[in-house]
Amino acid sequence: MEFYRKWFQVLVLFITNSYWAFPFTKSIYQGPLKVICSPGLNCYSCPAAAMSCPIGAIQQMLLSVRVSWANGQTYLALYLVGALGILGSIFGRMICGWACPFGFLQDMLHKIPSRKFNIPRVLRFLKYAILGLTVFILPLTIVSEMGLGSPWFCKFICPAGTLEAGLPMLMLQPSLQGVVSTLFYSKLVILIAFIIWSIIASRPFCRTTCPLGAWYGLFKNAKMIKLVLDEDKCTKCNECHPVCPMGVKFNESPNDSECITCLRCMHEGCQFGAIQLQIGGIPVHSPDIRQTAKKPGQQINK
Amino acid sequence: MKRIAPHFKADKLPLIILAIFLVLFSIGLSLDEPSRVLEQAWRICYSCIGIG
Repeated sequence: MEFYRKWFQVLVLFITNSYWAFPFTKSIYQGPLKVICSPGLNCYSCPAAAMSCPIGAIQQMLLSVRVSWANGQTYLALYLVGALGILGSIFGRMICGWACPFGFLQDMLHKIPSRKFNIPRVLRFLKYAILGLTVFILPLTIVSEMGLGSPWFCKFICPAGTLEAGLPMLMLQPSLQGVVSTLFYSKLVILIAFIIWSIIASRPFCRTTCPLGAWYGLFKNAKMIKLVLDEDKCTKCNECHPVCPMGVKFNESPNDSECITCLRCMHEGCQFGAIQLQIGGIPVHSPDIRQTAKKPGQQINK
Repeated sequence: MKRIAPHFKADKLPLIILAIFLVLFSIGLSLDEPSRVLEQAWRICYSCIGIG
């Protein structure tokens, strides 16, 4: 299953970044597909991006809401919130596991051999504060004399933007190197920190900082596709713990907001068929005991 | 390999939440928000990516 998930992540990466004319145009894609929000975190100022980043688009809409209203345009970002809500109520954080380019990057970085560390669980709450403050409240409330706010998350935090847009744009348009500010270097430090952290810990950005992950996490009780624990079959052997890339102890909290439905616990952890994939409450897949049983001495990569 | 449980209960909550967000999405469409999204997405926001 991990093999298919990796290839699906690659496929989504190429679909969301399918504008390959940028080396010739030296600019970003400006076609109609940009009206579609990419399900995962993918900067829409990336030269190859063919879709919009939902988090960036929400901030842009909210920071200019006063100006829009003054011009008689009643924009409320409902199109974007609605689109994210539709995705969240169907897939929840499955999108983080299967369709987020930045999540995929972290998965790949974590494969680099090194000593591995856990991430304190308390840090998971940080991303909800980042979602509320930097995506909704601050762009709406801290405004200039002209009534314009700032895209706080994109401007001050987003490492995906630095990697996918900031660095490529500096390469495509070398004249921009003269106007690089301290802000860019501070964002570069954030990017490097997350790259190093991703090598030694699994998905640190998703677990601690990502506002999109926080949004999808809100749907933990209201998503159609989810993993369910059959408590009658669970032996509490805890084999589902070490395989989870998000640090979820599935048999202890099967409805965890961190679960990205990567299915590793179902296929690589549980030997007793106690974990089941359900769509809309209907069980669709549960590997049988023989299929998941590990051979003696088989190692599981955390 | 595939096992379908004999008794299951369809989960209604996701459908209700989905319906609510479909309504929000539709209101956004009627307010012509997609054209605003396009307008934003066609411009490079240099300050957003830390340049300029």
